[in-house]
Amino acid sequence: MDSDTLHYSLDLVSGNGLTLTTEQRAALQTSLVILKRNYKFNRVLFWGRILGMKSDYYIAQGIGEDEMSDRKCLYSFNCIDWHLLPPATDALIEEVAVATKGCFTGDPSHEYEQTETRRLGEGDEPVEEEVMVKVNEEKRLAVTVFIIDKEVAVVPRGAYMKNPNGTVQTNRSFEGLNPYEAGKLRNYLHFSEPKNLKKKSILEMADLNPSIDFLDPLSEDIPKGSWSLQFEQGSRVCMIRSLLWQGLTFFHMPMTPQHGYIYTGQGLKSLDLPFML
Amino acid sequence: MEPLEGVANEQDQSQLAALNFKAFLLKRSTKTNLSLYDHLTRVLIKVMDERPDNAADVFEDLSLEVKRSQLQDRQSTLRPSPEPTAALTLAQQQKGLFSQGAGDEQEEGLVETPLPNLAEQSFFFEQVGVGLGREETQRIFLALKQLVDTHLLQRCRFWGKILGTEANYTVAEVEYRDGAEEEEGEAEETHEDEEKEGEAREKDEEEVVEEVDPLPKSTYKPPPTVPKEPRGSGTNKFTYFACREPGLPWVRLPDVTPAQITVARQIRKLFTGQLDAPVVSYPPFPGNEANYLRAQIARISASTQVSPLGFYHFDEEEGEEEEGGRDNFVENLNFEGISVQEMAESLSAWVHHVQHINKQGRCVWVNLAEKTEEDFEEEAEEEEKEEQPDEPEPEVGPPLLTPLSEDAEINNTPPWSIRLSSHLIPQYAVAYVRSNLWPGAHAYACGRKFENIYIGWGLKFLGEPYTPPVLPQPQQAYPSGPEITEALDPSLEEEQALKAALEEQQAAQEENEGLEAEEEEEEEEDD
Repeated sequence: MDSDTLHYSLDLVSGNGLTLTTEQRAALQTSLVILKRNYKFNRVLFWGRILGMKSDYYIAQGIGEDEMSDRKCLYSFNCIDWHLLPPATDALIEEVAVATKGCFTGDPSHEYEQTETRRLGEGDEPVEEEVMVKVNEEKRLAVTVFIIDKEVAVVPRGAYMKNPNGTVQTNRSFEGLNPYEAGKLRNYLHFSEPKNLKKKSILEMADLNPSIDFLDPLSEDIPKGSWSLQFEQGSRVCMIRSLLWQGLTFFHMPMTPQHGYIYTGQGLKSLDLPFML
Repeated sequence: MEPLEGVANEQDQSQLAALNFKAFLLKRSTKTNLSLYDHLTRVLIKVMDERPDNAADVFEDLSLEVKRSQLQDRQSTLRPSPEPTAALTLAQQQKGLFSQGAGDEQEEGLVETPLPNLAEQSFFFEQVGVGLGREETQRIFLALKQLVDTHLLQRCRFWGKILGTEANYTVAEVEYRDGAEEEEGEAEETHEDEEKEGEAREKDEEEVVEEVDPLPKSTYKPPPTVPKEPRGSGTNKFTYFACREPGLPWVRLPDVTPAQITVARQIRKLFTGQLDAPVVSYPPFPGNEANYLRAQIARISASTQVSPLGFYHFDEEEGEEEEGGRDNFVENLNFEGISVQEMAESLSAWVHHVQHINKQGRCVWVNLAEKTEEDFEEEAEEEEKEEQPDEPEPEVGPPLLTPLSEDAEINNTPPWSIRLSSHLIPQYAVAYVRSNLWPGAHAYACGRKFENIYIGWGLKFLGEPYTPPVLPQPQQAYPSGPEITEALDPSLEEEQALKAALEEQQAAQEENEGLEAEEEEEEEEDD
């Protein structure tokens, strides 16, 4: 969620149970302003918090020209000193998937080790080779943040638009969904590269507005029911919680442009979801 | 002259063109009765009035705004009055929370009340980064007050909140005053009895029909059910109330049975937010979501309700160890409070004050092998012959007030994380623990004050993917025996060997017969 509106957005998503202490809020208001200038970001978002055994990671994101692709992640322990996270490359994602297991420890230099048997060569005699995969927790953090963003980052429909140059920008004239539309999952979109959009037929595309419907809606997610949509705080705020990544909470106040999401959780994907529905 | 004429002509023509264009601009749209000329004028007036930055960039928005402001005026008279929204209905229901009741006069306000000071608790929880937001907490506070006003309670506590897919549960933990509970409890129990009788009657009817062509009876005997713990002890020590939103009526949750706890341990299911929803799972859960909610509350309470060491102590007057460990403790009035630094460093400064639930799903172990008297008489003779060799060993969990440092790890995950709320001003910080096994369970301690809360999905952390229990083997239709098992076909060698053996036998018999015949002949000859 945007660092400028943090003070009241945090109150809205607190239905989740985890918030920030007053000290941390004050610290964020101070450090994110400095962060924005030092890294020359257009906007700074407070992304959330990943709970570790010894200490928690606080994550911020800085946004450059393009709202969707031009993002940098930073982490901190005390909400004051921020460290840049490495970019999540495909190779790194694979390594992390193999090596890591269990909760975050809270120590960025903690090494995860896992021996993996890889099959080299094809045909009748594949050669088995044991490879030791080593990943430190900082890299794991970068990958986790990247994957959470990729799988469950949410924006309301119309809040962002793609301009003719192909860059994604905030829609100045977005005035919020109306309360009726806000109760429908199809009006919320994944804020990541669309996967299903290109597969759609012309008939399905007919109702879409190419400048704002350039993302996949949440309603098409598999398994069905992997989102919980509720109205909270006296039915004023629309809250969407991801059941796949428990801890991701999105809020939108209907009829206002206010929206945002925050992740507070252990940074573990809920693989048991099919059993839990 | 010609060039001049030409100029005049051109002027005429350009004027004409301008006039034509203005006429075009003034042409009103057939749909909205709006002309572009008027619209541009309005937009420019707006720009002059407001002087926005980068007017050229936001021109579309300005234009859209001007258009919208005009359309709204026209439609307002035609629009029907909006239907009452969900927000309105809820607001009307919640309004009751804010009205001052008849009994709320000042004199009564001074009387000691079981109502907890939620405002203070939420202040401390905010220090450790846990909370529901101030407004929401206030609403819950008022809802708890409503609960205390309507029931005769001795103790009341905000237990926490369980998130569901469609709605959330706000849960309150209460203890009735002596005697007050039975009055409310009786009504429910009689109802349950009626249901049971009804079921029995239905069964009788079914049996009458079945007698004509009886189906084979199942020989499966269910394992003996573990008896429920009575109200006020063990897992049913407290009564729990749940409501969907503060302001909506509180619903009393039914007591938990050991079977529900044991099944709840094996399944992994999210709450929907409706208390009467069925729990579809394997192994089948006995009861609906209200029972499941109650079972999870019991499990969470048992593993995450903690207090500073020494705040509670066992009653000295009570005799030494009774069977199954002591289950009563009282508040230690002399407790001074442990320093916050100490509490934030060592897990042994924190103790569990809710009893451990054992594998049976009870806090106090019960011997299922013990027979009731009737059974005993029937089987007395048999029993005498064989003394029960496998008398089950009583399972004893960790006693009450065990320090957290004794808790077991699950999949290399330490069960608790222990912290100090602030490192900048440690003098006034509070110590808190966070459960890693039940994500969402927190407890803080500061001097004599401490409190527990759970806000989460009501699911335990496993540390590995969940595997549902394997289905049992299907029961055999017939007992296996030689008459129904298929025999192996003999091989050629076996067949030949058998043949040879038979032939030998035959030959031997023939020889015997030959000998006998000869003997007979001899005998005849003798005669």
